[in-house]
Parts: sequence; C-alpha cells; structure tokens
Amino acid sequence: MAIKPQEKAVPRGAQKHRVGHLDRSRGWFRHHIEVALQALVRLTITPVATLMTLAVLAIALALPGFLFTVVNNIQQFSIGWDTNPRIMLYLNTEVEDARAEQLSLELMLHGGLSGVELIDRDQGLREFSSYSEFAGMLSLLDSNPLPAVILVLPADHHAAALQQLQAELQSIPEVSEAVLDLEWIQRLNAYLLMAERFSWVLAGLLALAVLLVVGNTIRMTLESRRDEILVAKLVGATDAWVRRPFLYSGFWYGLIGSLFAYVLVQVSLYLITGPANQLAQLYSSNFVLQGLDLTSGLTLIATGTGLGVLGGFLSTGRHLRAIEPS
Amino acid sequence: MAAIRFSNVGKRYEGGFDALTGVDFTLESGEMAFLTGHSGAGKSTLLKLIMLMERASRGQVQVGDQDLNSLSRRNIPQHRRRIGVVFQNHHLLFDRTVFDNVALPLQIAGYDPSDAARRVRAALDKVGLLMREKQNPIALSSGEQQRVGIARAIVNKPAVLLADEPTGNLDPELSEGVMRLFEQFNRIGTTVLIASHDISLIERMRRRTLVLRGGRLVADGY
Repeated sequence: MAIKPQEKAVPRGAQKHRVGHLDRSRGWFRHHIEVALQALVRLTITPVATLMTLAVLAIALALPGFLFTVVNNIQQFSIGWDTNPRIMLYLNTEVEDARAEQLSLELMLHGGLSGVELIDRDQGLREFSSYSEFAGMLSLLDSNPLPAVILVLPADHHAAALQQLQAELQSIPEVSEAVLDLEWIQRLNAYLLMAERFSWVLAGLLALAVLLVVGNTIRMTLESRRDEILVAKLVGATDAWVRRPFLYSGFWYGLIGSLFAYVLVQVSLYLITGPANQLAQLYSSNFVLQGLDLTSGLTLIATGTGLGVLGGFLSTGRHLRAIEPS
Repeated sequence: MAAIRFSNVGKRYEGGFDALTGVDFTLESGEMAFLTGHSGAGKSTLLKLIMLMERASRGQVQVGDQDLNSLSRRNIPQHRRRIGVVFQNHHLLFDRTVFDNVALPLQIAGYDPSDAARRVRAALDKVGLLMREKQNPIALSSGEQQRVGIARAIVNKPAVLLADEPTGNLDPELSEGVMRLFEQFNRIGTTVLIASHDISLIERMRRRTLVLRGGRLVADGY
C-alpha cells in the first residue's frame, strides 16, 4: 500500500480491508462464473439478433463439418473396396491359344506375381457378348477380333514396383499392351485428396468468417457498454477485468453456434442416408453412412468455441484500450 | 507524511496548450483542502494527474510514497483502487441498482459478496440512502445521485478522496450537506481534495485552499 492513513485515524474494519490471497482466488473463480452467466443472460436480451448471429455461425461451422464427414465417408467406402492392383496383359491377336496358355503358366512362376488368370479369346468373346450391347455387331465379323488377355495380380503394391513390373511385362514379345488397372482408384484418391484440401480451404475461410461475425457482434456490444467500461476503469478495473465479459460472450456464441452446427450436420447426413445406402447397394458394398462420431463432434464444438473466444479476444484488444476515461 | 505531492508539475496538451505550469504543493495525509479557480484554470487537469487519467509532461506527482511517473500502464488499476473519486456528473450506471453501482469498486477488487454487501450498506447508510439501495439511480434526485457517487467513492475506504465540482448541480442547502459528508470522511483520516468554483461555499468551510489561475498555483492558504 502506497498510501496509509494516519495511525490515529485508522477507520474501523481496516484490518479486513485487505483482500487475502485465498479470498482473491476464490473471488476470481466466482467472478468468472458470474461473468459467464451474465454474458449468457445478455445474449437473451436481444433474442432475434442473437439467433441470427448464431444461425450464421452454425452454417459457417456446419459447412466444413459436413464436407469433412462426406470426404471421410467416401474414404471409408474406398477402403472397403477391393483395391488390389491388377495388370491386364493384352496379347497380340496372332498369338495362338496354346502359346497364351503356356505364357500364363510361365507367369505363374514369376516371383513378383501373386495370381495369374488367363481369359482366352473365346472366353473374352463370350463375356463381351453377354455384357455389351455391341454383341450383335460381332456376328457380322468372320473371326473373333478380341485378343487373349492374361490378368495378373502383382505381389508388391507400391507404385514404383508396379510401374517397374508393368514395364517388364510390357517387354514380353507376345504382349501387345500391359495396362495397370489401378488408375481408377488412384483417380478416386486424387479426387478425395482434392476434396479434402478443398474442405480445408473452405474451413479456413469459414473460420475467418466466424471470427469476423463474432468479432463484429462483440464490437457492437462493446460500444453500447462504453459508459460501464469507463466507470469500471475509473474505479480501478484492469484491462483483463473489462475484457472478460466479452470473451465469455464469444465463448457462448462459439459454443452454442457449434452445437447448432452439429445438429445441422447430423440432419443433413440423415437426409442423404437413403440415397447413399442405395448407391452402396448397387456396388454390393456393405458400406453404411457414418455421421459425426464423438471425436469429430467434439472437435467441431471445440473449434467453434475456440474461434468464438478468439473472435472476442481480437475484437476487444484494440477497442478497449481506446476507451479511456478523460 | 505527504498524501499528495506535486513538484514543479507541468502539463502541456498536444497542440502546445499549457494546462498546468510549475505547480508545487504538498497535501499531508489526513488533510482536507479545496482547489479553486475559474473554469479552464487547470483544476480538472490537476485531479486527472492524480488519477493517472493524464500524465504530467514535466515534474513529479507523488501519491503516498508512489512516484506516478514510474507507474506503468499495467499498474494504473491498482493505483486507482486507492483513490476515491466523486464526479460532477456522477458517472452512475443506469442499467443497475444503487446497490450495484456502489458495489462496483468492490467487485472489481475481488471482495467476497457478503463482505461487499456489508460495506455497500455501510457506505449507503453514511450518505443516508440505505432505503434506496434497490432503486435505479435514474429515479433519484440530482442530490441523491451525487450521494450515491460519494458512497461509491468511499466504499472501499480509500486513503485519498478526490471530488471534481461535487456541488456543481446542487442548491446551497444540498451542497452544504455534501460538504459535511466530506468533512466526516476527513475526520476518520481520509485525505480530501475538492475542486470547486463555489467561492462562498469554500469560504464558509474555512479550509486550506489552493487557487489556480491560467495553470499556475497563485495562492495557497486559509
């Protein structure tokens, strides 16, 4: 204490005047709960404005949440798929069936292959006629135009090994073309990667939107509480004390907004469950559409809440300093 | 011991206007004094320097044993908690009750609510407004509002009590009452400095009076 009243004039109760350490930390905790509740009550004073803000926050948070869930689901879908790469060896048309047979037997001894299947020209023709609408056209031809195909399963699934194997098989004289049948899954994965990256970019932009919405909303309430801030500063409030209610406003906006967002994501997923399951059935997959699991849900809510507090923090810093009694 | 000491203090505002020039005085602990002068003489600026609402451009302001020049911005709140201030326009908050207005400094200082409530009621009792604690200050008369402001200024028993034109809007009778209140607080050891241009009232109080003219201290006596 820099200022001490004269001893003879110490007012009654001066001993209790000081706030003890324990008292202070207890008071600090109580003050936080009080401020948090007051901030929550304050939101209900302007219900329409608050709901509008919360709706904007919920949509901004739900969009990336929804996208991530969809990407996650497609990944799940593609994992359940038989992703074993295959190499199709299209033999030259002049290769005899017997030679093709022999080649397939030779390939079985190849250490880099885990499986070999010969689809000879007749079989190829049969399959083509049963699956293709152009079957009728085949009867117009004198001879079978299809080559024999040897389907091999590489043992090593690494991209480099596959490429090397493909080149090696390509160099067999009887092989007209060796096609690595992995491209569709690579393409799918590339799409997924892009979708994921896109989700991140979108999430970043929408996080910024959340910050701006919360920040702007709080900046307006800050203006409306200018007198209170001035008086509080005059009677010895610290910057942290003055700032606290606004941080809690941000906290509530973020928390409630992300809870709304959680519900939005779950409802949206529910709406596409039917078509998604139908699609999965067409692929005879046992895929089931997954909603937000506990971890993702908590991540969404934690992110939303964190962004709310950060928005409050960013919007109050400079403005609160500018509000000084004079 | 000195409660407030000004040593060759000058305050120049941006644009080169000198609000205070070479002000020297010492207010002993437990003293009560008036600060007077025509409007614009620098009374408010002098109080602002003590509150650290402004900083001196030159010289040294000391409150207790604290040199205010060496107080960083971070320490200003602690400094203000040791000083009670009464404003001419009360600075009350109309979004809460009289009780909550007076309790604000205690809330900020982190008092236990039951302890704070006791102190708030004691302060309101002293200014004669205990029965009004649940009302909104907007429902009170100007004199009563001023007394709420006084209760808030003294609720955490500051060593120094400052007042800026505390009787500015009050009729002579109410002014007299407010002055009696200040005297009471002074009697229990609070150092009191009151800025006022109400010469007749100051003369009646027969206290030490500091007179400012054009930012200079031109008289200091009884």
